[in-house]
Amino acid sequence: MANPTAPPSGPISRLTDWLANLPPPSHWVRPLGLLGPAGTWLFLLMVIPTFLILEISLVPGLRLGEPGGSYGLDNYLRIFQPVYLRVIARSLNFALASTLMCLVMGFPVAYWLALMSPKRWRNLLLVSFVLPLWTSSLLRAYAWTTILRSAGVFNTILGLLMLPPQNWLHTPIAVLIGLTYSFLPYMVLILYASLEKLDTRLLEAAADLGATPQQAFWKITVPQTLPGIAAGCLLVFITTLGDFVVPTLLGGASSMNIARLIYNQFLGPTRAWGFGSALSMVLILAVSLAIALLLKYGDKSSVSETSQ
Amino acid sequence: MTLSSKITWQSLFTALMYGFMYFPIIVLAVYSFNGSRYSANWEGFSLRWYRSLFTDARIFLALKDSLTIALVAVGLSAILGTLMAIGLAKYQFWGKPVYRGVAYLPLIIPDIAIAVATLVFLVSMAIPLSIWTIIAAHMVFCLAYIAVVVSSRLQTLDPNLEEAALDLGATPLQAMVKVLLPQLVPGILAGCLLAFVLSMDDLVISSFTAGSGANPLPIEIFSRVRTGVKPDINALSVVLILGSALLAALAEYLRYFSERRRFQKTEN
Repeated sequence: MANPTAPPSGPISRLTDWLANLPPPSHWVRPLGLLGPAGTWLFLLMVIPTFLILEISLVPGLRLGEPGGSYGLDNYLRIFQPVYLRVIARSLNFALASTLMCLVMGFPVAYWLALMSPKRWRNLLLVSFVLPLWTSSLLRAYAWTTILRSAGVFNTILGLLMLPPQNWLHTPIAVLIGLTYSFLPYMVLILYASLEKLDTRLLEAAADLGATPQQAFWKITVPQTLPGIAAGCLLVFITTLGDFVVPTLLGGASSMNIARLIYNQFLGPTRAWGFGSALSMVLILAVSLAIALLLKYGDKSSVSETSQ
Repeated sequence: MTLSSKITWQSLFTALMYGFMYFPIIVLAVYSFNGSRYSANWEGFSLRWYRSLFTDARIFLALKDSLTIALVAVGLSAILGTLMAIGLAKYQFWGKPVYRGVAYLPLIIPDIAIAVATLVFLVSMAIPLSIWTIIAAHMVFCLAYIAVVVSSRLQTLDPNLEEAALDLGATPLQAMVKVLLPQLVPGILAGCLLAFVLSMDDLVISSFTAGSGANPLPIEIFSRVRTGVKPDINALSVVLILGSALLAALAEYLRYFSERRRFQKTEN
């Protein structure tokens, strides 16, 4: 204390300095009260669990009830066995094919709803198209088993048309129909949001300048709604890639996809938690990649509008 | 629709797609009244599947579990999600992009990955599985969906109203409860409805977090239908579809109501 004007030093005074420079409680009490509870919940049940499966995915051969070994990449290397690569390829095929089907079937519907339907009924028509989304996805998939089974409605109709019966239940065709059916309304919602914003004066101008309707469609409508198309496709791709219900109910043993494979590692007989966690991490990675693409190239506004 | 509106291939195709969307639902409804157990043939109108459904105690217990889970999870998430949406709209802070990213993660990560992670967490914390672990897991995606819907509602509000309340001497808490929250009510309710439907519909996350004591409806339905067609499940579908249609109508009414209010405000 010989020289009181000298700047204080030492850990304690640095700590008091730091405390003195903290914003007063009035600045952080309210943000903490608003963001703290949800943040804590998400940290406990989302962030920590994700790191936990990352950790146990790195323990080779981990099974429930057995002590874990040392760390290694064996669980990830196991994915490269042909039998599992086929599962991943099949999941990607299901996702790609149903995305394409949703786009081809959804675009004309969204186009008609946004640009051609009677204005008075437009909202009601859109709502009634997506109404099935409000019903249980499990029951909607189950409905297709009633239709596609060998003694089902579909074969009854084929019989009336003098066509040979088809055994589509428990084949990839049934999975594809089920996935397209389940996710078509999402595609229509996103495309509608995008087409609704289309400046129709551009189409009129193109027609005035001598463009055929086809030219106007490919040179104006499609480029103008490309962000919406990208958003819709990636959203359907992501959700179908990780879908469990439709491939389980409508696909047979030959329609094993990545979600069913993960399910079996945890709730099935194998109980290979380490391998299941590695598969989950791969799925999360694939979805994050798709989302990164969506944020880079897609139309974010159409996605957030649809989620309302 | 007037007769003068032209019939184009787009309108015909759209009509076909409406048929595609409603065909399975109509099939379920029709077969729920079919007297036959196995055949796709019509064997006369019968209410036997409804009778067997309404005397099925397991279904009612499962429905009770599902409603308990959905109502508790949505109720708690409504509070947490709304607070989070307000906090994210009002404050800039270090790490906000990370916070927002984590908050919306449950919307995009597949159910199966969330389910696996939650199970591993619960087991490694030695938390016994029960109906409460399902509720805890459902809250993660419920609060994310509610926060998204409330956030989009917040963007349309006039921030001047809250500032005016503060200028007129209201405490920040009063301004939030008396000015901000009433304007958010339609958004909160719409978010709650969405979260409620998703919670009632969830099979995968429930399967991974349910203890032996809890048996929500999707798990019960799944265990019955994975072995084939069950006519009493057809009857259950019709009852549930009517319930969802009511909820959908309520949601549309809420949206209509909030949009009308929004238009009135811009007109003034």
